[in-house]
Amino acid sequence: MKNSALHLAGLMAATLFSSTALADELRLGMVLEPPHLDPTAGAAAAIDEVVYANLFEGLTRIDQNGAVLPSLATDWSISDDGTRYEFTLKEGVTFHDGTSFDAEDVKFSLDRARAEDSVNAQKGIFAPITNVEVLATNKIAIEIANPQGDFLFNLGRGDAVIVAPESAETNQTNPVGTGPFKFVDWQQGSKVILEKNPDYVGDDVYLDRAIFTFISDPNAAQNAMLAGELDGFANFPAPETLEIFEADPRFNVVVGSTEGETILATNNKAEPFNDLRVRQAIAHVIDRQAIIDGAMFGYGTPIGTHFAPHHPYYVDLLNTYPHDVAKAKELLAAAGYESGFKATLKLPPPTYARRGGQILAAQLREIGIELELVNVEWAQWLEDVFTKKDYDLTIVSHVEPFDIGIYANPDYYFQYDNVVFQALIEKLNITNDEDDRKALAAAAETILADDAVNGYLFQLAKTGVWDTRLSGMWPNSPVEGNDLTQVKWAN
Amino acid sequence: MVGYLIQRLLGVALTLLVAAALIFFLLDVLPGDPARFMLGINASDEALNALRQQLGLDQPAFVRFGQWLMGLFTGDLGMSASQRAPIAELILERMQLSLPLAFGALVLSTLIGLPLGILAAQNQGKIGDAGLMGLAQIGIAIPNFWFAMLLVVVFAVTLKWLPPGGFVPWAENPAAAFRALILPTIALALPQAAILARVMRTSLVDVARQDFIRTARAKGLSKNQALWRHGVRNALLPVMTIMGLQFAFLIAGTIIVENVFYLPGLGRLIFTAISARDLFVVRSALLVLVGLVVIIMFLVDLLYALVDPRLKKRAGN
Repeated sequence: MKNSALHLAGLMAATLFSSTALADELRLGMVLEPPHLDPTAGAAAAIDEVVYANLFEGLTRIDQNGAVLPSLATDWSISDDGTRYEFTLKEGVTFHDGTSFDAEDVKFSLDRARAEDSVNAQKGIFAPITNVEVLATNKIAIEIANPQGDFLFNLGRGDAVIVAPESAETNQTNPVGTGPFKFVDWQQGSKVILEKNPDYVGDDVYLDRAIFTFISDPNAAQNAMLAGELDGFANFPAPETLEIFEADPRFNVVVGSTEGETILATNNKAEPFNDLRVRQAIAHVIDRQAIIDGAMFGYGTPIGTHFAPHHPYYVDLLNTYPHDVAKAKELLAAAGYESGFKATLKLPPPTYARRGGQILAAQLREIGIELELVNVEWAQWLEDVFTKKDYDLTIVSHVEPFDIGIYANPDYYFQYDNVVFQALIEKLNITNDEDDRKALAAAAETILADDAVNGYLFQLAKTGVWDTRLSGMWPNSPVEGNDLTQVKWAN
Repeated sequence: MVGYLIQRLLGVALTLLVAAALIFFLLDVLPGDPARFMLGINASDEALNALRQQLGLDQPAFVRFGQWLMGLFTGDLGMSASQRAPIAELILERMQLSLPLAFGALVLSTLIGLPLGILAAQNQGKIGDAGLMGLAQIGIAIPNFWFAMLLVVVFAVTLKWLPPGGFVPWAENPAAAFRALILPTIALALPQAAILARVMRTSLVDVARQDFIRTARAKGLSKNQALWRHGVRNALLPVMTIMGLQFAFLIAGTIIVENVFYLPGLGRLIFTAISARDLFVVRSALLVLVGLVVIIMFLVDLLYALVDPRLKKRAGN
């Protein structure tokens, strides 16, 4: 019976259900399944990784280098004082359900995102908006309270995509956007299928179908790739297995950058971390490369402050507190902790935290700091660490682009309260001139490094693995998303 | 018999009620705010409150418990907090994988385990017995997930006979759905078969020493004839208990194998719902599991009575 079943299955495999990909189909693996598919109502990166730029579009969009490009808005002008934006919209666009797109949809989307009962995860993006005015069916004006240097960038993020009033409520399970791909099916727990939108206004995409398959287990992910069930992973979950793919002529391993600053987040109000000398001592004893090598198998770029190394405003501050155990011991002694102290290190599930935590604990032990490692789930991390600020140290990657502003909020879970820094960020937010912005950002970066607010470890790498015949996949991820609009198979 | 049935059914209902209360209130004290989890670290308090209200989290616990119980009776389990789909639908969808998988594994393990156990008992003390029980010992010792990974590497990655994982809904392509379940079924079934073989052997060896077997032999039956005609049926009682427990394990404890084969089963649903603090899904799915297990144990009890007339008689009194 078993034999005949296997035989039968084998026959079927050989004849009817061949598992090789169609020519213009892309089968992409993802680690996490999105909880739903509405990017305007949830923080999960997995939502954007399916729908961003593929299914939903915003007024602007972000390209693979982080630059702002036109999308649903073809053109715009900014008033001299930087508080009024006028956008010209693409014409002839329809949503996937056939309803037409115009300025009213833009007004609806932005008003919905900034409304009191909005559940947008990045409501802050829309907070400065004071008025959205429809000028014509293809023209819209947005007024903001103060000039905002990164407003156009923010409008290009997944949280700011344009939705239609007819479908906004059901986008979570049946997303309806304006993008070059439309939603076909979501097999919960398994995969999401998108299909080329034949009515798309703009450059046609090359793929006919895109299938996102969710595989949380790194071994299963590897086997699925090796067995030819998948064409790629935009970000492969297990760095230790990348060697296998590098050795396999079928695959390319592409190492790029993300917006994830991985930090040893420190409770600046908790003893003894409220003492600058203690934080400096920790900074002196952290060996970033050892953590990158040990926890991430060498994938990652060391950072000296809370800023992405590939960003034009980045300042190299790696040597603010060079690796120096003797100096660290001195500082600790000066702070009154000659024989060290005990503290807890809370570790959320990702590899960088769990593995990085063990290495970090060994490093801090050199100067007598004994860390108790506490593994927590994300929900618990959000509650204990982020909301209640009940922690000493934790390791976490902050994946939002250009998020240095979080240090200006004294209630943020680092509990860092520095008025000079706060004033700098306030000024940065209302500055439009590129050179001035760069100088202000550099000053802010330097303050964070000097104050050793957190332990700055490394920028998370994006380790993509995909079929060598594929082109157009993004090596970097300046925003959360897997933009498939340029992806194609070599003939 | 009818009295026995009613008594047992009341027991089932009471068990379920207690289980429901335990599940609800234990989950309620778990740390972690579902709204915060869904909206992430940059969410404003306004957005969080709006979502909590949407989810009905602002009501007291006993009110929510009452609403849930009512929902259980009407079949309306409410909406999933994290996935925004009706919970009953989510669970049913996962069942189309989990139930066939569990049944398939149970059938396969029975087909392999029982004959092997009987064969070993017949050859008790001989080389065949030692060899079979040695194999069974290995089968029990090998962890499920490791065996599953081995199957994938051999049959999917190297030989490419079967898919390495994933699932296609039955309605879409029944052949592909069947194929997807072959390796997971084997991975689940073999360790269970090993356990069954051992239990079957031990039980049959015990029975073989009983007086009625000796009587049967005295009537002129050979040892094997006596075992087959009179021994096996009597030896099945402890085996059935184990099979009932195994089914409970197969339906609820397949999460590890589901992970290796990235299958959208009930185990994965519960696991992801727990990490997302989607307690709405967790509690209903758990209760469904408890319900299944209770019903299976109930059926096993009934089967006992059928296999062993002595029990039926006792139950009748």
